[in-house]
Amino acid sequence: MSQKAQAQTVLRLSNITKRFGALTANDDVSFDLKRGEVIALLGENGAGKTTLMNIIFGQYTADTGAVEVFGQELPPGNPHAALDAGVGMVHQHFTLAGNLTVWENIVLGSQRLRSLRLDSKAAKAKIAGLAKRFHLVVDPEAKVGRLTVGERQRVEILKALYREARILILDEPTAVLTPQESDALFATLREAVGQGLSVVFISHKLHEVMAIADRTLVLRHGKLVAERAIGDTSREELAALMVGGKVSPPKIDAMPAGPALMRLTGVSTKGEGRAPGLQTVNLTLHAGQITGLAGVSGNGQKALSDLISGLVQPSAGGFEIAGAEVADWSPRRALSRGIGRIPEDRHHTGTIADFDLTENAVLETYAKDFARHGWMNWADAKARAESLIATYDVRCPGPDTRIRLLSGGNMQKLILGRVLETAPRIILANQPVRGLDIGAVNYVHGRLAEAREKGAAVLLISEDLDEIMTLSDVIHVISEGRLSPGFVRGTMRAEDLGQWMAGAGFAEAAHAS
Amino acid sequence: MDFFDILTSAAFWAAAIRIASPLIFATLGELICERAGVLNLGIEGIMVAGAFAGWIAVYMGLPLWGGVAVAFLTGMGFGLLHGTLSVPFGLSQHVVGIGLTLLATSLTFYTYRVVLPEVSSPPKIEAFQPFEIPLLSDIPLLGPALFSQTPLTYAAFIMAALVAFVLYRTPLGLAVRAAGESPSAVAAQGLSVTAIRMGAVIVGSGFMAVGGAFLTLSAFDSFFFDMVNGRGWICIALVVFGAWKPGKAVLGAILFAAFDALQIRLQQTTIGAVVPYQLFLMMPYLLSILALVLMSRRAEVPAALMVPFNKGER
Amino acid sequence: MRLEPIPDPSLARKLLPPALAILGSFLVASLLALIAGGNPLAVFGAIVKGAVGSKFALLETLNRATPLIFTGLAVAVAFRAKLWNIGAEAQLYAGAVVTAVLGTGLLPWPPALLLPVLALVAMLAGALLLLGPALLKTRLGVDEVVTTLLLNYIFLLFVSYLLEGPLKDPMGMGWPKSARLLAEARLPRIVDGLRLHWGFALALISAVALWVINTRTTLGFEMRAVGQNAEAARFAGMPVTRIMLKTALLSGGLAALAGFSEVSGLKGSLTLDLSPGYGYTGIVVAMLALLHPLGVVAAALFVAAIFVGADAMSRALGVPSYIADIMLASALLMMVLAILLTKFRVVRD
Repeated sequence: MSQKAQAQTVLRLSNITKRFGALTANDDVSFDLKRGEVIALLGENGAGKTTLMNIIFGQYTADTGAVEVFGQELPPGNPHAALDAGVGMVHQHFTLAGNLTVWENIVLGSQRLRSLRLDSKAAKAKIAGLAKRFHLVVDPEAKVGRLTVGERQRVEILKALYREARILILDEPTAVLTPQESDALFATLREAVGQGLSVVFISHKLHEVMAIADRTLVLRHGKLVAERAIGDTSREELAALMVGGKVSPPKIDAMPAGPALMRLTGVSTKGEGRAPGLQTVNLTLHAGQITGLAGVSGNGQKALSDLISGLVQPSAGGFEIAGAEVADWSPRRALSRGIGRIPEDRHHTGTIADFDLTENAVLETYAKDFARHGWMNWADAKARAESLIATYDVRCPGPDTRIRLLSGGNMQKLILGRVLETAPRIILANQPVRGLDIGAVNYVHGRLAEAREKGAAVLLISEDLDEIMTLSDVIHVISEGRLSPGFVRGTMRAEDLGQWMAGAGFAEAAHAS
Repeated sequence: MDFFDILTSAAFWAAAIRIASPLIFATLGELICERAGVLNLGIEGIMVAGAFAGWIAVYMGLPLWGGVAVAFLTGMGFGLLHGTLSVPFGLSQHVVGIGLTLLATSLTFYTYRVVLPEVSSPPKIEAFQPFEIPLLSDIPLLGPALFSQTPLTYAAFIMAALVAFVLYRTPLGLAVRAAGESPSAVAAQGLSVTAIRMGAVIVGSGFMAVGGAFLTLSAFDSFFFDMVNGRGWICIALVVFGAWKPGKAVLGAILFAAFDALQIRLQQTTIGAVVPYQLFLMMPYLLSILALVLMSRRAEVPAALMVPFNKGER
Repeated sequence: MRLEPIPDPSLARKLLPPALAILGSFLVASLLALIAGGNPLAVFGAIVKGAVGSKFALLETLNRATPLIFTGLAVAVAFRAKLWNIGAEAQLYAGAVVTAVLGTGLLPWPPALLLPVLALVAMLAGALLLLGPALLKTRLGVDEVVTTLLLNYIFLLFVSYLLEGPLKDPMGMGWPKSARLLAEARLPRIVDGLRLHWGFALALISAVALWVINTRTTLGFEMRAVGQNAEAARFAGMPVTRIMLKTALLSGGLAALAGFSEVSGLKGSLTLDLSPGYGYTGIVVAMLALLHPLGVVAAALFVAAIFVGADAMSRALGVPSYIADIMLASALLMMVLAILLTKFRVVRD
């Protein structure tokens, strides 16, 4: 520790402020990063972490303040300069071109554009060397579109190392990894840090921060509110610092499972491109229960969600709702069978950005409840929007506001209201709190728990294992389109679920059945 | 003259290669734009403008290659306009392209009337003449078909090879392909998506204009208002047919041109006496639609085609 | 640079950019007039006088606006649903062909029966012509821009064949032209003695009808939803493919009414030069109208005035009338940019 305190400062941020319109994303933020140090940047969604890193990397220009790398001030708004100075960034959403090969993705931008020859041989040799040195195994000739999520992340890290990065910024790198893959990533990072690399690690997962970081900075509403050496702090303290007070998630009291409302027996669906379909899945949703679906993203969650939403038909197997076999399945049928759907992407699937709140409020029910003989009843529709706004605490100027102007939390509350107002028997909640701040998270969770108590069957899909384990009565794990048996609350540890997420256990389960 | 005789005559294939040449230029131009992620529907108008600009430059006294250069620059100018509206501003590429075609076409016709107010039929120029490549042109069948063409035809094939080389063998080409596939990957590697896409649209539009100029400087020796006649739209179909690959696009253009040459010859046969000539003239357009339908399920469309990139998107 | 949405655009922000776009197109035209040796003020003066300076001129403008309202509406309804119908030209001719086939003696009915039948069958023909590309789009993902464009060329060649073959007027002295319509198949004039036919009234009614459909009916709601975000519309349970096809039928039908109205109301017979590109100009009209049905009427009148005025100006001053096409094309490009700037501002990163 003391040795690191004296080490060279590789990155210095001074008084960074960045505004987007009325929102202040970063407010006078300053910190230093030393050689061989791992800093964790901790904060809720929307605290300004990603904006800050994009400023370091030159993708945004700060309104005020400066970024120094190895004592040299970086020219603002120039990712090229940041890369040349030795800053590498692994984005939360991978920045890879799917139909290019691994080596092409890595080499992109590293050779002068005026050069008449793409030097592939030297590039591949260098990649092979790096892969060996940092244990990042990946086939340089493979098309990136065919790689798994874990492999893609290795390519992202190789991209940074190939450009001689000495400071590595990782934005929520474990969001898409299994616990085991995360461990492998941490091993790689420790290796790299041992060789003199410095790391900024952005996360909101406290146990990871405690595991990998030397020091942690807490960002709240754009301000740097605390700085702690890892040895001097605890998970509880960091959690409180992050949200600015104590947090109490909704309490889920045990209650007996009601009748089965939805039953999938041996259901398969066709995959879409690289995304797997479902493979002979058995799943039963009971009234008065929250069923959690854990898994690494891209393992068939979308397939299951699309099936229940009505977007996709089963290609094999039995699909029953309230005891009646499903036929000629569509989103409209799903709605009429009492399924309420909270989609994964509220901006692009759940709402129409340039429609106002009234139009979005009746998007699913206009034909049934707000029209006669093809004529819309806008007065009733507006009244419905107003009642949703009041009942579900949607903060907005009024029902005529375009929904794109609402914050994510308020947008989600409107969708939630739209779903709950129809008193659905079955609720599909796909990533219902992704990207929301803690207040909105608790609100959404509370409403889902309430619906459960009233006897709805809730299917909660999330990549956040903590969320799943806190809320679910029964947990299934999905991996490559296969579904694990259901595990009753309290019978499994996170590590055990992680094994299932990584694909272990399915073969035995198949044998046993 | 029966079917087989037509298909084995050197004159037929020479005509096919000649008809293919302007299509090759313009298809390459469109391919460059689309590979970078921009659909350029200005192609039809840019070809009209290029046909006129090249021709009028030569009519005013420039050498033929000077005319080609003027056409290229004219195309680049329209490309700059298209790129500015569709890339940094991210406006609908459909609307911008159609608007550009209307603009380029009407500007051309206007300029024609201003420059040549009194003429009833357009003046002729001294167009490119066939150049027989020594030795190669002596090969039976292939020689007269491939190696007795005008220099601008040779240029079309050289350009195709050059475009393929740049796209697949240089850092610039890699950046262009990546821009059409995943602009965020390009930005994350410190390159400017805007610059790459703008550059591709500008250069691609230059190629389209040269395709137009081929009509006035090589295929014919004068400018007519309706001489491009939908060739631009056909080239868009050819890009799809060629699966966004330069080599396949050139083959597609030749195949297409062969059909066109065939229908011209069939009109003069006994079939032509019974079937209305309009049906023959429809063939290129019908074939283009057929090509689009056939390739619809197979082609690997650049993933970010028609997707504007706004790095501040939040 | 980067575009940032403006949460609450002011009235000035909403009006100024479009106004500047129109002004800009006048500037472009002025420059071109100067190049051609004309005085811009004289040129615009002559255009205005030629468009609205006399009763004859005004009626000519209204007549010219009629087909543009129909094609403008056709484009507006399609573009709103993001169905890129660039084939209004062919659909117009489809309506014209039907009118010429059925109106020259095949159906010996009184006008009160014949005219509505002609209009409906014409609409059906235009609708079916767009249904093909729409099906290729929804079934196979074939881009409808290119197919509708190519169909324009194909259909015009088909019309050329008809006029030189089956539909050729035996009295036509060898010209490719259809026989004249029966008197019963002609749209009458709105006021006796004034050269303005009921096609114009039909165009206005169509505009109002489309406005009502857009704002008051479920179909209008669905078409807007599909255009804004087809994925969200599908998720919400809307039958997206069927809505797309309905939109295509409506759009093709509206464009075909232009052909019906021109043949039955204005020309009385079918020729190959029936439309000087009304289908394409409809795109300009629709965009200038911001895809609003009532705006289409205003935009069509504006565009028609420019065209009619430019023809007169060209005869008087010798500046080529293509100046009108340039002005409108540049207005279109500047207008799409202007609309963007009413909603977004340009900021540095």
